[in-house]
Amino acid sequence: MPAAGRRLIHDLLFGPFQEFGFLRRALVGCLALALAAPPLGVFLMLRRMSLTADVLGHGILPGVAAGFLLAGLSLPAMALGGALAGLVVAVGAGALSRATGGREDASLAALYLVALALGVALVSWRGGAVELTNLLFGSVLGVDDAALLLMAGAATLTLPVLALAWRPLVLECLDPSFARAVGARGAWWHMAFLALVVLNLIAAFQALGTLMSVGLMMLPAIAARHWATRVGGIVYAAVAIAALSAYAGLLLSFHADVPSGPAVVLAAGLAWLVSVLLGPVDGLLPRFWRRPHLAG
Amino acid sequence: MMRPAEIRLTDLTVSYGRRPAVHHLSGRFAPGSLTAVVGPNGAGKSTLLRTLAGLQQPESGRVEGAAGQVALLPQAVALDRAFPIACLDLVLFGLWGESGAFRAVTRAGRERARAALAAVGLGGFEARPVGSLSTGQFQRLLFARLLLQDAPVILLDEPFNALDARTAADLLAMVHRWHGEGRTVIAVLHDLELVQREFPEALLLARDCLGWGPTEAALSAANRLQARRMAEAWMAGPELCQRRDAA
Repeated sequence: MPAAGRRLIHDLLFGPFQEFGFLRRALVGCLALALAAPPLGVFLMLRRMSLTADVLGHGILPGVAAGFLLAGLSLPAMALGGALAGLVVAVGAGALSRATGGREDASLAALYLVALALGVALVSWRGGAVELTNLLFGSVLGVDDAALLLMAGAATLTLPVLALAWRPLVLECLDPSFARAVGARGAWWHMAFLALVVLNLIAAFQALGTLMSVGLMMLPAIAARHWATRVGGIVYAAVAIAALSAYAGLLLSFHADVPSGPAVVLAAGLAWLVSVLLGPVDGLLPRFWRRPHLAG
Repeated sequence: MMRPAEIRLTDLTVSYGRRPAVHHLSGRFAPGSLTAVVGPNGAGKSTLLRTLAGLQQPESGRVEGAAGQVALLPQAVALDRAFPIACLDLVLFGLWGESGAFRAVTRAGRERARAALAAVGLGGFEARPVGSLSTGQFQRLLFARLLLQDAPVILLDEPFNALDARTAADLLAMVHRWHGEGRTVIAVLHDLELVQREFPEALLLARDCLGWGPTEAALSAANRLQARRMAEAWMAGPELCQRRDAA
């Protein structure tokens, strides 16, 4: 390859990370998140709770905004506020739909609209358009040492807890009544699991924004379903897709000057599209590629 | 396997809201007995099994001798068949009593799971995704999990529904094997002929108990007529189809 071509590839793919420390920090943080969040997304998807993840993502916004109102752009205040709000929504959403007689999707939609409106109203009250954009859509510049520690810490906590909770979580997704019959304490594990989801959304909000942090959790998980037939395989595929999306998304954010959250989510969206089209499991194109059926 | 204990029901009533599903039921399942529970739809048969399994709380009365030794195969299994899991891994959940949430599944446990798959006629299905199985194969898979649970008391809720003759016969053989091993087996069934042929004991339930004991006596014509009358009394609207109702 001619030197000019190598140069171009280097400038496109690696240069920005070599040159800018903030971009490196964002990449390391997002890679940490890419390890922890997609496995949670896989379980959310398998439990048909993809919408719940969205609601939790929106649900943390008023808490983050309240932290911002009280203490300005202080990470501990915003993270704590977001965590409290997220846990309230996680517990409240289930309880609300049970208490009002089912229709969980309707309660969830109502919650998430109210949470989003409340969060935007709170931020706009004291902050400007820049703060609002950063909170909603993320900013690589927002990833300071504290944020990086939070992201890495969330991944460090999530992976071992997920490994411990693996068997009960799979059983609770697969066959909840059997789980109850053998006394597997499914509800307890489910709450711990939701707490992990909230933790990962909080950790992601500075790099990706509260609206977009769900994207790195759910899109790789949904895409990964097309690449494997077992939970374990799907989780590995989801982590790989998320890591690639984080890398590609940050490059897109840098070169095209768009906020990092939408850029990463768009990259994950592209991976999802490719998976839907080409994935060997329930992909669209392999269906047209008919192979003769077997004799028995 | 530990020896099954006698299961005693004392004036057991189980309700949904204020409507009783099982009404003042008293009696006993002897250790090692093989009993068919028979009755019209809505007679409380599934509720009785769920109560024995501890999934439903009695409103009044007592169940003794069932706690901790029961394995239940529910009728409408809430299992998500689209879940991405291999047959062997699903069957291995039958070892939950030994492995729990955290302990490793041993090589011996894995071998037992393989043997259970082979015993229900699913040898070679270890790596197949659960979603690719037919209804009959799937029921065989659930029997393999039951086999692995190794419970002294086994509760089956309409285990042969929607199965072809061959599958039903294979799974019935499994039931007799459990009976032969001294386990207590209680099965909800609608096929009267099958019950009379294969089950030594029967319990005729129509919320109240109408007959309980040796099958011939418990399912006497008079008792069945009485069950039908009671079922018609619960139903506002069309009569039950007599032929299905006879079961």
